[in-house]
Amino acid sequence: MKPPLFDFQRAETVDHAIALLGEHGDEARLIAGGQSLMASLNFRLSSPGLLIDITRLDDLKGLTAGADGLSLGALTCHSEILLSQDIARNAPLMTAAAPHIAHEAIRNRGTIGGSIAFADPAAEWPACALALDATIEIAGPAGIRRVPATDFFKGLYETELGPGDLVRAIHVPARPAGERHSFQELTRRHGDYAIVGLAALAVWRDGRLAMPRLAFFGVGAKPVLATAAMAELDGSAGDAAAMGRACEALTAELDPFDDLNASAETRRHLARTLLRRAVARLTWEGADA
Amino acid sequence: MPESIPVSLTVNGRRVEATIPARLTIVDFLRDHLGLTGTHVGCAHGVCGACTVRVDGAIIRGCLTLTAQLDGGTIETIEGVADSGEIADLQEAFYARNAMQCGFCTPGMLLTAASLKARGRPVSRQEIRDHISGNLCRCTGYQAIVDAIDTVVNTDGVNADSDGGRR
Repeated sequence: MKPPLFDFQRAETVDHAIALLGEHGDEARLIAGGQSLMASLNFRLSSPGLLIDITRLDDLKGLTAGADGLSLGALTCHSEILLSQDIARNAPLMTAAAPHIAHEAIRNRGTIGGSIAFADPAAEWPACALALDATIEIAGPAGIRRVPATDFFKGLYETELGPGDLVRAIHVPARPAGERHSFQELTRRHGDYAIVGLAALAVWRDGRLAMPRLAFFGVGAKPVLATAAMAELDGSAGDAAAMGRACEALTAELDPFDDLNASAETRRHLARTLLRRAVARLTWEGADA
Repeated sequence: MPESIPVSLTVNGRRVEATIPARLTIVDFLRDHLGLTGTHVGCAHGVCGACTVRVDGAIIRGCLTLTAQLDGGTIETIEGVADSGEIADLQEAFYARNAMQCGFCTPGMLLTAASLKARGRPVSRQEIRDHISGNLCRCTGYQAIVDAIDTVVNTDGVNADSDGGRR
């Protein structure tokens, strides 16, 4: 189908976008890459009165790497992340995650800010943000504020973003020395949203895992930081006994849903499988280059 | 708050000025306003890849992109890259390998294959499959399509391969 009728305005500045959101309230939607919004408009699943185009806002662009970590403007597209040497050096988890997002033609247009703001429970960037302990920078009527990813995702497509708010940037803290990553995702077809996925990080030092971060996606209304499983793995060698305890803890802390792809029980099983694969990667003695 | 938007685009090297409805996607603009019907509309929600076009040098989904957002942009369609000779080798290989049946997916397949070729390095057949995984061929002629892309991208006749190489 074709999208319903709507008005369209290019925001000139971030403040202009916020003012337009304030003026039009629920009638208005922001559009950046539009790779989720356009599909829903074509299906007429939503019918906003006004689309506010934010793709020209320089304030939302740019990727910088510094001593305290990475900053990604909200308009950074998935392809830029995939190809960025700064990201490969400073947050290689994201480099590993990017190819799982849809296909090149969609990655060329879809943005990390859009993915974070839309908060699809099976999307890659919200889970990465959680695993990396990223901070979401929000611009709104009251100014700019920063919200940790752990607080940002509230529920199904529900976030800290209030009326008049937009995602301005994503900040990823500098990674601890010796940190390793593993990004795992199960889909029926390449590029589909995950049935279950896992963004995993841990320091591997002297045969022990430290500071593990396990962010599962596709297993609930929002990405889940598996804190009980993380606690079981912290300080362990990732051996069979530790994995047994971690899998048991994971089963208890996940509350997945049934859908046409998989039952909740299948999702728990797949989550345990991904955890085993990820820990095998994180503890692999041949992994260091 | 306008429902009609003035845009200025470069399409296949030609300057185009138009005033268009806000909701008009670029694929509908190309087809219905410019008569460039080589770009197809399949699923209209970003799954099939038939609407693939280039914007500022990068392939995108024509059905998921508003024309109004592309003001000032440079668009290349299958007509443009075919006329310029840029994809002549891919067209020839698709013909030689019978890599099209009904032909509906072919323009999108060719532009997607061209973006793989532009990487300028040998690729495995698995990489070719991954790369075209966002382009659906409902005739299921994938084997021939992968063959055709393989011959062009891996010009030295060798691919970095795990699944048996050329057939």
